[in-house]
Amino acid sequence: MTVALERREPPRVSGGTGENGHLEELRVDPIALLTRVRAECGEVGVFRLADREVVLLTGAEANEVFFRAPEEILDQAEAYPFMTPVFGEGVVFDAPPERRREMLHNQALRDKFMRGHAATIAAEVEGMVAGWADSGEIDLLDWFAELTIYTSSACLIGKRFRDQLDKRFAELYHDLEQGTDAIAYVDPYAPIESFRRRDAARRGLVTLVEGIMERRAGAPPSGDDQRDLLDVLMSITEEDGSPRFSPDTVTGMFISMMFAGHHTTSGTAAWTLIELLRHPDELDAVDVELAELYAEGAEVSYQALRAMPHLESAIKEALRLHPPLILLLRVAKEDLEVDGFLIKAGQMVGTSPAVSNRITPDFPDADDFQPSRYLVPREEDRSNPWTWIPFGAGRHRCVGAAFAMMQLKAIFSVLLLEWEFELAQPSDTYRNDHSKMVVQLEQPCLVRYRRKAGRKPAGYAGGEPSA
Amino acid sequence: MRVVVDPDLCQGHGVCESEAPTVFELGKNTTVTILDPTPGEELRGAVEAAVRFCPTAALHINEELHINEEE
Repeated sequence: MTVALERREPPRVSGGTGENGHLEELRVDPIALLTRVRAECGEVGVFRLADREVVLLTGAEANEVFFRAPEEILDQAEAYPFMTPVFGEGVVFDAPPERRREMLHNQALRDKFMRGHAATIAAEVEGMVAGWADSGEIDLLDWFAELTIYTSSACLIGKRFRDQLDKRFAELYHDLEQGTDAIAYVDPYAPIESFRRRDAARRGLVTLVEGIMERRAGAPPSGDDQRDLLDVLMSITEEDGSPRFSPDTVTGMFISMMFAGHHTTSGTAAWTLIELLRHPDELDAVDVELAELYAEGAEVSYQALRAMPHLESAIKEALRLHPPLILLLRVAKEDLEVDGFLIKAGQMVGTSPAVSNRITPDFPDADDFQPSRYLVPREEDRSNPWTWIPFGAGRHRCVGAAFAMMQLKAIFSVLLLEWEFELAQPSDTYRNDHSKMVVQLEQPCLVRYRRKAGRKPAGYAGGEPSA
Repeated sequence: MRVVVDPDLCQGHGVCESEAPTVFELGKNTTVTILDPTPGEELRGAVEAAVRFCPTAALHINEELHINEEE
C-alpha cells in the first residue's frame, strides 16, 4: 500500500437522507441499494448505516483486495453485531483464518468424514419423505429448514443428539434466524417484535438442550463409539468436578456451529428446486444424469461425492442468482487504499455476492438461469474467482463449501429419483424476504410432489452410515 | 512446469495431496507444503487435477521454467 498520489474519498450513493442513512432502504430492498451503489459510484462507493459508513466494493479488482486482506486490516469479528444476541455473549461469530483451517482439518468437515455424512443426509431425507403420501404439497421454507436442522445436527454434533430433536428445535431456530433485523446496527436489543421472539427462541433452545443434558446425565453412553460432541462437552469438568459448560454455553456453541450451514443450505436447496421447475429442460438433464448414475443401484453415500455435472451446475447457478448471503462485511482497522480511493480506519467495508455474481462481462446473460455456464469450456465459476462469490473467497471462504455441495447432491439424489415436483403457485411469486440480514424465502412457497411411477415406498438402496 | 501456491488462499483441504502426493503434502499442517515445485512431465496429469480440483483455486502451474532456479 505505497501511497504516492493524493487519495480521494470514495463517492457517496444517492438517498439515505434520514437519521439512520440508508438503514431503512437496507431493511426493505437491500439489493436495489447495493446495485445502485455500483451503478452510481463504480467499484468503490459509500452508503451509511446509522452512524457508520460502509464502503461497498464490487468487481474483481476491488473484491480481491477485500478477500485477501488479513484480519489486522479488515476485521470480521466486529462487523456483525446482529449475531451476538443469537449466539449469546462470549460466543464468537468467527474464528481467525488459522483457527478455521484447524477446524477444517480436525473436525467434522474433513474429507474422510464426507462419505459417512452423505449416508446420514440421505437417511434424513428418506426419514422426512417417509411421512409423505403418494402426492401432496409442501412449503419449501418449512420443509428444507426442518430437514437441514436434522442433517446439520447429525453431521456436526452427532446422531445421538439429532435423535433427541424434533420439529420444535427447527421452529425455534427459525425464530432466531428471523431475529437478524439490520436495526441491530443501531441497537441489537431494540424493543421490536422480531428481537423479542429471537430472545424467547434462544431461551427455548437452552431449555431443550438442558432437558437433553439432564436425561443424558442419568444415562451415559454405553461405549466410546456412541459418544457425540455433547457427551464430550458434558464430560469436561472444572477442578472441583463441576461441569465446565453450562446449558446456555453449550446451546450457544451449537447455535453458532449450525448457523453457517443452516439457512444457507436450506435456501439453496429450495432455489435449486424452484429454478429447475422453472426450466424443464434443465430438470430433464438432471433427471437423466441421476438415472444413469444410479442405474446400477449405487449408494447415495458413494455417488454424492462424485461428479454430477448437471446437478452441480444447477446448484451453482441457484447459488449465483440467489446467494444466501447478499452482503459480507468487515471493519477497517487501519487506513487502506482501493482503486485510488481512501478507506479510513473505523469505516465498514463490504462486498456483495448478490451484485458481483451478476456482473455482465463476467457472466453473460447474467440474470438468466444457465447451468451450462459451468461446463467446459465456459467454467465461469473458475474463471471469475473474485466475482463468482456465493461462498465468499480467499481467507474467509466458506470452509463448509464442499460439505454443502455434497449435502445438496445427496438431498436431490433422493428427492429427484423417487419424486416429481411442480410449482404450486405462479412462478414469479417465489422470492426472497430481504427484511432480515438472514435472507429466507418469502412464504407461501409451495410445491406439489408426486411419487414417480414404478417407485415403491421405502425401496431405497441408501446404505448404512459408515465412519 | 513450476507449481505455485497462493498462501492467502490455501485453506488446507488436502485435495492436492490426494491427487499428487509426491508433489503436495498437507500432513498435520493447515496449509500445503510443496514437496516438488518443478515436477516432471510424467506427473502433469496428476498436478493438473490438483490445480483444477483445489476448492479455493490456490494452486497454479507456471509453464515457463525459469533458468535462474534460485530466484
